[in-house]
Amino acid sequence: MTALNLDRAWDLHPQVSVRPEPFGALLYHFGTRKLTFLKDRRLLAVVQALATAPTARAACSAAGVDDEDMPRYGQALAALTRSSMVVERNRIP
Amino acid sequence: MTASPQTSGPAPGATRLVDLFEHGLDAPICLTWELTYACNLSCTHCLSSSGRRDPRELTTQEAKAVIDELEAMQVFYVNIGGGEPTVRADFWELLDYATAHHVGVKFSTNGVRITPEVARRLARNDYVDVQISLDGATAEVNDAVRGAGSHATALRAMRNLADAGMTGFKLSVVCTRHNIPQLDEFKALADRHGAQLRLTRLRPSGRGADVWDELHPRPEQQRQLYDWLVAHGDTVLTGDSFFHLSAYGQALPGLNLCGAGRVVCLIDPVGDVYACPFAIHDEFLAGNVRRPGGFTGVWRESELFRSLREPQTGGACASCAFYDTCKGGCMAAKFFTGLPLDGPDPECVQGHGERLLARRPKDRGHLPKPSGDHSHRTTPARGRGPVDVVLARRPDRDRPPVGDCVEHPLAGMVLPRDGD
Repeated sequence: MTALNLDRAWDLHPQVSVRPEPFGALLYHFGTRKLTFLKDRRLLAVVQALATAPTARAACSAAGVDDEDMPRYGQALAALTRSSMVVERNRIP
Repeated sequence: MTASPQTSGPAPGATRLVDLFEHGLDAPICLTWELTYACNLSCTHCLSSSGRRDPRELTTQEAKAVIDELEAMQVFYVNIGGGEPTVRADFWELLDYATAHHVGVKFSTNGVRITPEVARRLARNDYVDVQISLDGATAEVNDAVRGAGSHATALRAMRNLADAGMTGFKLSVVCTRHNIPQLDEFKALADRHGAQLRLTRLRPSGRGADVWDELHPRPEQQRQLYDWLVAHGDTVLTGDSFFHLSAYGQALPGLNLCGAGRVVCLIDPVGDVYACPFAIHDEFLAGNVRRPGGFTGVWRESELFRSLREPQTGGACASCAFYDTCKGGCMAAKFFTGLPLDGPDPECVQGHGERLLARRPKDRGHLPKPSGDHSHRTTPARGRGPVDVVLARRPDRDRPPVGDCVEHPLAGMVLPRDGD
Protein backbone atom coordinates (compact mmCIF):
# COMPACT_ATOMS: atom_id res chain seq x y z
CA MET A 1 0.00 0.00 0.00
CA THR A 2 1.52 3.32 -1.01
CA ALA A 3 1.41 6.35 1.24
CA LEU A 4 0.41 9.76 0.05
CA ASN A 5 2.72 12.76 -0.10
CA LEU A 6 2.54 14.06 3.46
CA ASP A 7 4.16 17.32 2.47
CA ARG A 8 1.35 18.46 0.25
CA ALA A 9 -1.97 20.00 1.25
CA TRP A 10 -5.04 17.74 1.25
CA ASP A 11 -8.69 18.04 2.10
CA LEU A 12 -11.90 16.08 2.27
CA HIS A 13 -13.80 16.02 -1.02
CA PRO A 14 -16.49 18.72 -0.82
CA GLN A 15 -19.22 16.10 -1.38
CA VAL A 16 -18.10 13.96 1.57
CA SER A 17 -20.12 14.01 4.78
CA VAL A 18 -18.40 12.96 8.02
CA ARG A 19 -20.27 11.49 10.97
CA PRO A 20 -18.28 10.94 14.18
CA GLU A 21 -18.94 7.57 15.84
CA PRO A 22 -17.64 6.02 19.08
CA PHE A 23 -15.30 3.80 17.01
CA GLY A 24 -14.08 6.67 14.80
CA ALA A 25 -16.28 7.99 12.03
CA LEU A 26 -18.42 7.11 9.05
CA LEU A 27 -17.78 8.88 5.75
CA TYR A 28 -20.30 9.06 2.96
CA HIS A 29 -19.45 10.41 -0.48
CA PHE A 30 -22.50 11.85 -2.25
CA GLY A 31 -20.73 11.77 -5.60
CA THR A 32 -19.65 8.13 -5.62
CA ARG A 33 -22.41 6.99 -3.18
CA LYS A 34 -19.78 5.07 -1.25
CA LEU A 35 -19.59 4.61 2.47
CA THR A 36 -16.43 4.00 4.40
CA PHE A 37 -15.26 4.34 7.98
CA LEU A 38 -12.37 5.61 10.04
CA LYS A 39 -11.43 3.12 12.69
CA ASP A 40 -10.14 5.52 15.31
CA ARG A 41 -10.85 9.00 16.63
CA ARG A 42 -7.31 10.20 16.01
CA LEU A 43 -7.65 9.55 12.30
CA LEU A 44 -10.90 11.53 12.45
CA ALA A 45 -8.98 14.42 14.05
CA VAL A 46 -6.38 14.20 11.27
CA VAL A 47 -9.02 14.26 8.57
CA GLN A 48 -10.77 17.20 10.20
CA ALA A 49 -7.49 19.11 10.47
CA LEU A 50 -6.61 18.67 6.78
CA ALA A 51 -8.61 21.67 5.55
CA THR A 52 -6.70 24.25 7.55
CA ALA A 53 -3.27 22.59 7.81
CA PRO A 54 -0.54 23.57 5.32
CA THR A 55 0.37 19.89 4.81
CA ALA A 56 -0.97 16.46 5.75
CA ARG A 57 2.05 16.08 8.03
CA ALA A 58 1.04 19.22 9.91
CA ALA A 59 -2.53 17.90 10.21
CA CYS A 60 -1.19 14.65 11.69
CA SER A 61 1.01 16.50 14.18
CA ALA A 62 -1.87 18.74 15.20
CA ALA A 63 -3.90 15.60 15.92
CA GLY A 64 -1.12 14.21 18.11
CA VAL A 65 0.31 11.63 15.70
CA ASP A 66 4.00 11.04 16.51
CA ASP A 67 6.74 10.40 13.95
CA GLU A 68 6.63 6.66 14.52
CA ASP A 69 2.94 6.45 13.62
CA MET A 70 3.17 8.92 10.74
CA PRO A 71 3.63 6.28 7.97
CA ARG A 72 0.58 4.35 9.18
CA TYR A 73 -1.58 7.47 9.02
CA GLY A 74 -0.07 8.29 5.63
CA GLN A 75 -1.28 4.91 4.39
CA ALA A 76 -4.73 5.45 5.86
CA LEU A 77 -4.98 8.81 4.08
CA ALA A 78 -3.75 7.19 0.86
CA ALA A 79 -6.60 4.66 1.09
CA LEU A 80 -9.00 7.57 1.45
CA THR A 81 -7.60 9.22 -1.68
CA ARG A 82 -8.14 6.04 -3.68
CA SER A 83 -11.87 6.19 -2.92
CA SER A 84 -11.84 9.99 -3.59
CA MET A 85 -12.86 10.74 -0.01
CA VAL A 86 -9.68 12.83 0.37
CA VAL A 87 -8.38 14.95 -2.51
CA GLU A 88 -5.36 17.15 -2.97
CA ARG A 89 -6.21 20.74 -2.14
CA ASN A 90 -6.20 23.18 -5.06
CA ARG A 91 -6.80 20.25 -7.35
CA ILE A 92 -10.49 19.95 -6.59
CA PRO A 93 -12.24 19.88 -9.96
CA MET B 1 -33.46 -4.28 2.22
CA THR B 2 -33.12 -1.68 -0.41
CA ALA B 3 -31.78 0.84 1.98
CA SER B 4 -28.20 -0.24 2.20
CA PRO B 5 -25.43 1.85 0.78
CA GLN B 6 -22.74 0.54 -1.43
CA THR B 7 -19.71 -0.01 0.75
CA SER B 8 -16.08 0.26 -0.09
CA GLY B 9 -13.17 -1.15 1.85
CA PRO B 10 -12.46 0.28 5.27
CA ALA B 11 -9.92 3.08 5.35
CA PRO B 12 -7.36 1.74 7.81
CA GLY B 13 -7.08 -1.32 9.98
CA ALA B 14 -8.55 -4.76 10.07
CA THR B 15 -12.02 -4.25 11.59
CA ARG B 16 -14.82 -4.83 9.13
CA LEU B 17 -17.68 -2.39 8.69
CA VAL B 18 -20.14 -5.26 8.92
CA ASP B 19 -18.89 -6.11 12.44
CA LEU B 20 -19.47 -2.54 13.59
CA PHE B 21 -22.96 -2.60 12.10
CA GLU B 22 -24.02 -5.83 13.77
CA HIS B 23 -24.53 -4.06 17.10
CA GLY B 24 -26.33 -1.10 15.60
CA LEU B 25 -25.50 2.59 15.43
CA ASP B 26 -26.85 5.62 17.33
CA ALA B 27 -28.38 6.80 14.07
CA PRO B 28 -29.25 4.97 10.88
CA ILE B 29 -26.90 5.33 7.91
CA CYS B 30 -29.92 5.73 5.72
CA LEU B 31 -33.55 4.80 5.98
CA THR B 32 -36.51 4.14 3.77
CA TRP B 33 -39.34 6.60 3.97
CA GLU B 34 -42.59 5.73 2.24
CA LEU B 35 -44.09 9.19 1.83
CA THR B 36 -47.51 8.06 0.65
CA TYR B 37 -49.50 4.92 -0.01
CA ALA B 38 -51.09 6.65 -3.00
CA CYS B 39 -50.00 5.22 -6.33
CA ASN B 40 -51.08 5.46 -9.94
CA LEU B 41 -50.12 1.80 -10.43
CA SER B 42 -51.21 -1.44 -8.79
CA CYS B 43 -48.11 -3.64 -9.11
CA THR B 44 -48.94 -7.21 -8.19
CA HIS B 45 -45.90 -7.52 -5.90
CA CYS B 46 -46.13 -4.14 -4.10
CA LEU B 47 -44.32 -4.42 -0.76
CA SER B 48 -46.50 -1.81 0.90
CA SER B 49 -49.84 -2.86 -0.67
CA SER B 50 -50.09 0.68 -2.01
CA GLY B 51 -52.84 2.31 -4.03
CA ARG B 52 -54.95 4.67 -1.94
CA ARG B 53 -53.69 7.57 0.14
CA ASP B 54 -54.05 7.18 3.91
CA PRO B 55 -55.90 10.24 5.27
CA ARG B 56 -53.62 10.26 8.32
CA GLU B 57 -50.50 10.81 6.17
CA LEU B 58 -47.84 13.08 7.73
CA THR B 59 -48.41 16.72 6.83
CA THR B 60 -45.76 18.84 5.11
CA GLN B 61 -44.82 20.37 8.46
CA GLU B 62 -44.60 16.98 10.17
CA ALA B 63 -42.45 15.64 7.34
CA LYS B 64 -40.12 18.64 7.65
CA ALA B 65 -39.84 18.03 11.40
CA VAL B 66 -38.72 14.46 10.63
CA ILE B 67 -36.11 15.83 8.20
CA ASP B 68 -34.86 18.19 10.93
CA GLU B 69 -34.37 15.18 13.19
CA LEU B 70 -32.55 13.24 10.47
CA GLU B 71 -30.25 16.23 9.96
CA ALA B 72 -29.50 16.41 13.68
CA MET B 73 -28.77 12.66 13.74
CA GLN B 74 -26.58 13.02 10.65
CA VAL B 75 -28.45 10.42 8.66
CA PHE B 76 -26.65 10.50 5.31
CA TYR B 77 -29.66 10.03 3.09
CA VAL B 78 -33.24 8.82 2.85
CA ASN B 79 -34.62 6.38 0.29
CA ILE B 80 -37.99 7.86 -0.48
CA GLY B 81 -40.62 5.56 -1.85
CA GLY B 82 -44.30 4.82 -1.51
CA GLY B 83 -46.66 4.34 -3.16
CA GLU B 84 -45.55 6.72 -5.85
CA PRO B 85 -43.90 9.53 -3.86
CA THR B 86 -44.03 12.10 -6.68
CA VAL B 87 -47.82 12.17 -6.58
CA ARG B 88 -47.66 13.95 -3.22
CA ALA B 89 -48.26 17.62 -3.96
CA ASP B 90 -45.42 18.67 -1.63
CA PHE B 91 -42.91 16.08 -2.90
CA TRP B 92 -40.55 18.56 -4.62
CA GLU B 93 -40.77 20.92 -1.65
CA LEU B 94 -39.77 18.11 0.74
CA LEU B 95 -36.98 16.99 -1.58
CA ASP B 96 -35.51 20.51 -1.66
CA TYR B 97 -35.95 20.87 2.10
CA ALA B 98 -34.07 17.61 2.78
CA THR B 99 -31.12 18.35 0.50
CA ALA B 100 -30.88 21.93 1.83
CA HIS B 101 -30.64 20.37 5.31
CA HIS B 102 -27.83 17.99 4.36
CA VAL B 103 -29.99 14.91 4.11
CA GLY B 104 -29.42 13.31 0.71
CA VAL B 105 -32.41 11.95 -1.16
CA LYS B 106 -32.74 8.84 -3.28
CA PHE B 107 -36.21 8.30 -4.50
CA SER B 108 -37.92 5.44 -6.27
CA THR B 109 -40.45 6.23 -8.93
CA ASN B 110 -42.32 4.53 -11.72
CA GLY B 111 -41.42 7.63 -13.76
CA VAL B 112 -44.91 9.06 -14.16
CA ARG B 113 -43.87 12.60 -13.16
CA ILE B 114 -40.35 12.64 -14.63
CA THR B 115 -41.01 15.16 -17.39
CA PRO B 116 -38.12 16.79 -19.29
CA GLU B 117 -38.45 19.83 -17.01
CA VAL B 118 -38.35 17.75 -13.80
CA ALA B 119 -35.41 15.78 -15.18
CA ARG B 120 -33.44 18.99 -15.74
CA ARG B 121 -34.20 20.12 -12.21
CA LEU B 122 -33.04 16.78 -10.76
CA ALA B 123 -29.86 16.81 -12.81
CA ARG B 124 -28.86 20.10 -11.16
CA ASN B 125 -29.04 18.75 -7.59
CA ASP B 126 -25.90 16.79 -6.54
CA TYR B 127 -27.67 15.39 -3.50
CA VAL B 128 -30.49 13.67 -5.35
CA ASP B 129 -30.46 10.22 -6.87
CA VAL B 130 -33.34 8.70 -8.81
CA GLN B 131 -34.34 5.06 -9.07
CA ILE B 132 -36.63 4.15 -11.93
CA SER B 133 -38.52 0.93 -11.23
CA LEU B 134 -38.82 -1.54 -14.07
CA ASP B 135 -39.44 -5.25 -13.66
CA GLY B 136 -39.12 -6.44 -17.23
CA ALA B 137 -36.70 -5.48 -19.99
CA THR B 138 -39.63 -5.95 -22.37
CA ALA B 139 -43.11 -4.47 -22.02
CA GLU B 140 -44.56 -7.97 -22.02
CA VAL B 141 -42.66 -9.11 -18.92
CA ASN B 142 -42.83 -5.75 -17.13
CA ASP B 143 -46.45 -4.86 -17.70
CA ALA B 144 -47.67 -8.27 -16.52
CA VAL B 145 -46.48 -7.25 -13.04
CA ARG B 146 -46.57 -3.45 -13.05
CA GLY B 147 -49.57 -2.78 -15.30
CA ALA B 148 -50.27 -1.78 -18.88
CA GLY B 149 -48.18 1.13 -20.15
CA SER B 150 -45.77 1.13 -17.19
CA HIS B 151 -42.82 -0.05 -19.32
CA ALA B 152 -43.31 2.86 -21.72
CA THR B 153 -43.61 5.31 -18.79
CA ALA B 154 -40.36 4.10 -17.22
CA LEU B 155 -38.46 4.26 -20.50
CA ARG B 156 -39.72 7.76 -21.21
CA ALA B 157 -38.49 8.83 -17.73
CA MET B 158 -35.07 7.27 -18.39
CA ARG B 159 -34.81 9.09 -21.71
CA ASN B 160 -35.73 12.38 -20.06
CA LEU B 161 -33.11 11.91 -17.34
CA ALA B 162 -30.44 10.94 -19.86
CA ASP B 163 -31.32 13.91 -22.09
CA ALA B 164 -31.08 16.24 -19.08
CA GLY B 165 -27.51 15.06 -18.53
CA MET B 166 -28.25 13.11 -15.36
CA THR B 167 -25.77 10.25 -15.16
CA GLY B 168 -25.58 7.38 -12.73
CA PHE B 169 -29.26 7.31 -11.91
CA LYS B 170 -30.52 3.82 -11.12
CA LEU B 171 -32.57 1.35 -13.09
CA SER B 172 -34.13 -0.66 -10.29
CA VAL B 173 -35.31 -4.19 -10.93
CA VAL B 174 -37.02 -6.67 -8.62
CA CYS B 175 -35.74 -10.09 -9.73
CA THR B 176 -38.46 -12.57 -10.70
CA ARG B 177 -38.46 -15.89 -12.51
CA HIS B 178 -39.67 -14.05 -15.62
CA ASN B 179 -36.97 -11.37 -15.74
CA ILE B 180 -33.88 -13.25 -14.55
CA PRO B 181 -33.36 -14.45 -18.17
CA GLN B 182 -33.22 -10.72 -19.10
CA LEU B 183 -30.34 -9.63 -16.85
CA ASP B 184 -28.05 -8.83 -19.79
CA GLU B 185 -30.82 -6.82 -21.45
CA PHE B 186 -31.37 -4.79 -18.27
CA LYS B 187 -27.65 -4.09 -18.06
CA ALA B 188 -27.58 -2.95 -21.70
CA LEU B 189 -30.63 -0.76 -21.12
CA ALA B 190 -28.99 0.89 -18.11
CA ASP B 191 -25.70 1.37 -19.97
CA ARG B 192 -27.48 2.91 -22.93
CA HIS B 193 -29.01 5.57 -20.67
CA GLY B 194 -25.89 6.27 -18.61
CA ALA B 195 -27.64 4.65 -15.66
CA GLN B 196 -26.57 2.00 -13.17
CA LEU B 197 -28.42 -1.28 -12.76
CA ARG B 198 -29.74 -2.07 -9.30
CA LEU B 199 -31.14 -5.53 -8.61
CA THR B 200 -33.24 -6.35 -5.59
CA ARG B 201 -34.93 -9.39 -4.19
CA LEU B 202 -38.62 -10.17 -4.53
CA ARG B 203 -39.99 -10.26 -0.99
CA PRO B 204 -43.23 -11.97 0.06
CA SER B 205 -44.30 -8.67 1.69
CA GLY B 206 -47.48 -6.68 1.09
CA ARG B 207 -49.21 -7.86 -2.07
CA GLY B 208 -45.93 -9.64 -2.85
CA ALA B 209 -47.16 -12.41 -0.54
CA ASP B 210 -49.99 -13.17 -2.98
CA VAL B 211 -47.71 -13.65 -5.99
CA TRP B 212 -44.51 -14.86 -4.38
CA ASP B 213 -45.17 -18.53 -5.12
CA GLU B 214 -45.52 -17.79 -8.84
CA LEU B 215 -42.83 -15.11 -9.18
CA HIS B 216 -39.89 -15.94 -6.94
CA PRO B 217 -36.83 -17.27 -8.79
CA ARG B 218 -36.58 -21.02 -9.26
CA PRO B 219 -33.62 -22.68 -7.47
CA GLU B 220 -31.58 -22.97 -10.68
CA GLN B 221 -32.30 -19.29 -11.41
CA GLN B 222 -30.89 -18.32 -8.02
CA ARG B 223 -27.63 -19.93 -9.07
CA GLN B 224 -27.80 -18.13 -12.41
CA LEU B 225 -28.38 -14.82 -10.60
CA TYR B 226 -25.50 -15.46 -8.22
CA ASP B 227 -23.08 -16.27 -11.05
CA TRP B 228 -24.23 -13.18 -12.92
CA LEU B 229 -23.69 -10.99 -9.84
CA VAL B 230 -20.23 -12.43 -9.25
CA ALA B 231 -19.32 -11.78 -12.89
CA HIS B 232 -20.59 -8.18 -12.84
CA GLY B 233 -19.24 -7.31 -9.39
CA ASP B 234 -19.17 -3.65 -8.52
CA THR B 235 -20.93 -2.41 -11.64
CA VAL B 236 -24.29 -3.58 -10.35
CA LEU B 237 -25.86 -2.48 -7.07
CA THR B 238 -27.72 -4.89 -4.83
CA GLY B 239 -27.69 -3.28 -1.37
CA ASP B 240 -28.00 -6.23 0.96
CA SER B 241 -30.65 -7.95 -1.14
CA PHE B 242 -28.85 -11.15 -1.91
CA PHE B 243 -26.69 -11.98 1.06
CA HIS B 244 -28.58 -15.26 1.33
CA LEU B 245 -26.93 -16.23 -1.99
CA SER B 246 -23.48 -15.89 -0.43
CA ALA B 247 -23.83 -19.48 0.73
CA TYR B 248 -23.05 -20.51 -2.87
CA GLY B 249 -19.44 -19.51 -2.28
CA GLN B 250 -17.76 -16.13 -2.15
CA ALA B 251 -19.58 -13.20 -0.56
CA LEU B 252 -21.20 -10.80 -3.01
CA PRO B 253 -20.27 -7.10 -3.17
CA GLY B 254 -22.52 -4.97 -0.96
CA LEU B 255 -23.50 -5.34 2.66
CA ASN B 256 -23.71 -8.97 3.72
CA LEU B 257 -25.86 -8.39 6.74
CA CYS B 258 -29.49 -7.72 7.55
CA GLY B 259 -29.44 -4.05 8.53
CA ALA B 260 -32.97 -3.99 9.96
CA GLY B 261 -33.08 -1.86 13.11
CA ARG B 262 -29.27 -1.81 13.16
CA VAL B 263 -28.34 0.61 10.39
CA VAL B 264 -31.62 1.05 8.49
CA CYS B 265 -35.36 1.14 9.13
CA LEU B 266 -38.63 2.27 7.55
CA ILE B 267 -40.85 5.26 8.25
CA ASP B 268 -44.29 4.73 6.72
CA PRO B 269 -46.67 7.47 5.46
CA VAL B 270 -48.44 7.83 8.82
CA GLY B 271 -45.15 8.01 10.74
CA ASP B 272 -45.02 4.42 11.95
CA VAL B 273 -41.44 3.17 12.25
CA TYR B 274 -40.77 -0.43 11.22
CA ALA B 275 -37.55 -2.44 11.31
CA CYS B 276 -37.37 -2.60 7.54
CA PRO B 277 -39.37 -1.80 4.40
CA PHE B 278 -40.26 -5.46 3.92
CA ALA B 279 -41.73 -5.91 7.38
CA ILE B 280 -44.85 -3.75 7.58
CA HIS B 281 -46.47 -5.77 10.35
CA ASP B 282 -47.18 -5.07 14.04
CA GLU B 283 -44.51 -7.62 14.95
CA PHE B 284 -41.86 -5.26 13.52
CA LEU B 285 -43.44 -1.95 14.56
CA ALA B 286 -41.04 0.03 16.76
CA GLY B 287 -43.04 3.23 17.34
CA ASN B 288 -44.33 6.38 15.67
CA VAL B 289 -42.53 9.65 14.89
CA ARG B 290 -45.57 11.65 16.09
CA ARG B 291 -45.13 10.50 19.71
CA PRO B 292 -42.94 12.39 22.20
CA GLY B 293 -39.29 11.63 21.52
CA GLY B 294 -39.93 11.59 17.79
CA PHE B 295 -37.96 9.41 15.42
CA THR B 296 -34.79 9.72 17.52
CA GLY B 297 -36.60 8.27 20.51
CA VAL B 298 -37.88 5.33 18.49
CA TRP B 299 -34.47 4.58 16.97
CA ARG B 300 -32.61 4.73 20.27
CA GLU B 301 -35.17 3.44 22.78
CA SER B 302 -37.41 0.95 21.01
CA GLU B 303 -37.27 -2.48 22.60
CA LEU B 304 -37.68 -4.12 19.22
CA PHE B 305 -34.64 -2.34 17.80
CA ARG B 306 -32.60 -3.11 20.89
CA SER B 307 -33.40 -6.78 20.51
CA LEU B 308 -32.43 -6.75 16.82
CA ARG B 309 -29.02 -5.38 17.84
CA GLU B 310 -28.38 -8.29 20.20
CA PRO B 311 -26.12 -11.03 18.89
CA GLN B 312 -28.28 -13.49 16.92
CA THR B 313 -27.90 -17.18 17.68
CA GLY B 314 -28.70 -18.73 14.32
CA GLY B 315 -31.17 -21.24 15.75
CA ALA B 316 -31.72 -24.14 13.38
CA CYS B 317 -29.07 -22.66 11.06
CA ALA B 318 -26.32 -22.48 13.68
CA SER B 319 -24.81 -25.83 12.69
CA CYS B 320 -24.78 -24.98 8.96
CA ALA B 321 -21.33 -24.38 7.50
CA PHE B 322 -22.64 -21.34 5.60
CA TYR B 323 -24.26 -19.53 8.53
CA ASP B 324 -21.38 -17.07 8.79
CA THR B 325 -21.98 -15.82 5.25
CA CYS B 326 -25.77 -15.95 4.94
CA LYS B 327 -26.69 -15.26 8.61
CA GLY B 328 -29.95 -17.13 8.15
CA GLY B 329 -31.17 -14.82 5.39
CA CYS B 330 -34.04 -12.34 5.41
CA MET B 331 -36.22 -11.98 8.49
CA ALA B 332 -39.18 -10.58 6.54
CA ALA B 333 -39.05 -13.34 3.93
CA LYS B 334 -39.22 -15.94 6.69
CA PHE B 335 -41.97 -14.17 8.57
CA PHE B 336 -44.37 -13.70 5.66
CA THR B 337 -43.88 -17.23 4.38
CA GLY B 338 -44.68 -18.57 7.84
CA LEU B 339 -41.21 -19.93 8.60
CA PRO B 340 -39.55 -19.60 12.04
CA LEU B 341 -37.34 -16.50 12.32
CA ASP B 342 -34.43 -18.46 13.73
CA GLY B 343 -34.43 -20.97 10.89
CA PRO B 344 -33.49 -20.94 7.22
CA ASP B 345 -34.58 -18.40 4.62
CA PRO B 346 -37.37 -19.70 2.32
CA GLU B 347 -34.89 -19.33 -0.54
CA CYS B 348 -31.95 -20.90 1.33
CA VAL B 349 -29.58 -22.05 -1.40
CA GLN B 350 -28.93 -25.28 0.47
CA GLY B 351 -32.60 -26.17 0.02
CA HIS B 352 -33.41 -26.14 3.75
CA GLY B 353 -36.11 -23.47 3.30
CA GLU B 354 -37.79 -25.31 0.45
CA ARG B 355 -38.18 -28.40 2.59
CA LEU B 356 -39.87 -26.37 5.33
CA LEU B 357 -42.14 -24.63 2.81
CA ALA B 358 -43.25 -27.98 1.46
CA ARG B 359 -44.41 -28.99 4.93
CA ARG B 360 -46.72 -25.98 5.36
CA PRO B 361 -50.48 -26.53 5.30
CA LYS B 362 -51.98 -26.18 1.80
CA ASP B 363 -54.31 -23.45 3.04
CA ARG B 364 -52.42 -20.13 3.34
CA GLY B 365 -54.77 -18.86 6.05
CA HIS B 366 -52.06 -19.34 8.70
CA LEU B 367 -49.73 -16.76 7.14
CA PRO B 368 -49.35 -13.35 8.80
CA LYS B 369 -51.07 -10.49 6.98
CA PRO B 370 -49.44 -7.06 6.53
CA SER B 371 -50.67 -4.28 8.83
CA GLY B 372 -52.49 -2.34 6.15
CA ASP B 373 -53.94 -2.91 2.72
CA HIS B 374 -54.07 0.30 0.70
CA SER B 375 -54.74 -1.44 -2.60
CA HIS B 376 -57.06 0.22 -5.04
CA ARG B 377 -60.50 -1.21 -4.32
CA THR B 378 -60.91 -2.19 -7.93
CA THR B 379 -58.44 -2.48 -10.73
CA PRO B 380 -58.29 0.82 -12.62
CA ALA B 381 -61.16 1.22 -15.09
CA ARG B 382 -60.27 -0.01 -18.58
CA GLY B 383 -62.13 2.85 -20.27
CA ARG B 384 -64.68 5.44 -19.34
CA GLY B 385 -68.08 4.68 -20.85
CA PRO B 386 -71.54 5.90 -19.89
CA VAL B 387 -72.88 4.70 -16.56
CA ASP B 388 -76.45 3.39 -16.52
CA VAL B 389 -78.61 5.13 -13.94
CA VAL B 390 -82.22 4.19 -13.27
CA LEU B 391 -84.41 6.88 -11.77
CA ALA B 392 -87.43 5.80 -9.77
CA ARG B 393 -89.57 6.96 -6.91
CA ARG B 394 -89.16 5.30 -3.54
CA PRO B 395 -92.24 3.19 -2.97
CA ASP B 396 -92.55 4.15 0.73
CA ARG B 397 -93.00 7.86 0.03
CA ASP B 398 -96.03 9.47 -1.42
CA ARG B 399 -94.28 12.82 -1.83
CA PRO B 400 -90.76 14.08 -2.40
CA PRO B 401 -88.50 13.79 0.66
CA VAL B 402 -87.91 16.95 2.67
CA GLY B 403 -84.27 17.82 3.08
CA ASP B 404 -82.44 20.30 5.29
CA CYS B 405 -81.99 22.56 2.34
CA VAL B 406 -85.68 23.03 1.78
CA GLU B 407 -86.36 26.42 3.24
CA HIS B 408 -89.94 26.98 2.20
CA PRO B 409 -91.88 27.70 5.41
CA LEU B 410 -94.54 25.28 4.43
CA ALA B 411 -92.20 22.47 3.59
CA GLY B 412 -93.43 19.27 5.12
CA MET B 413 -96.86 20.59 5.91
CA VAL B 414 -99.58 18.16 4.97
CA LEU B 415 -102.48 20.03 3.50
CA PRO B 416 -106.01 18.69 3.83
CA ARG B 417 -107.30 17.22 0.63
CA ASP B 418 -110.32 18.75 -1.03
CA GLY B 419 -113.51 17.45 0.50
CA ASP B 420 -112.02 16.37 3.86
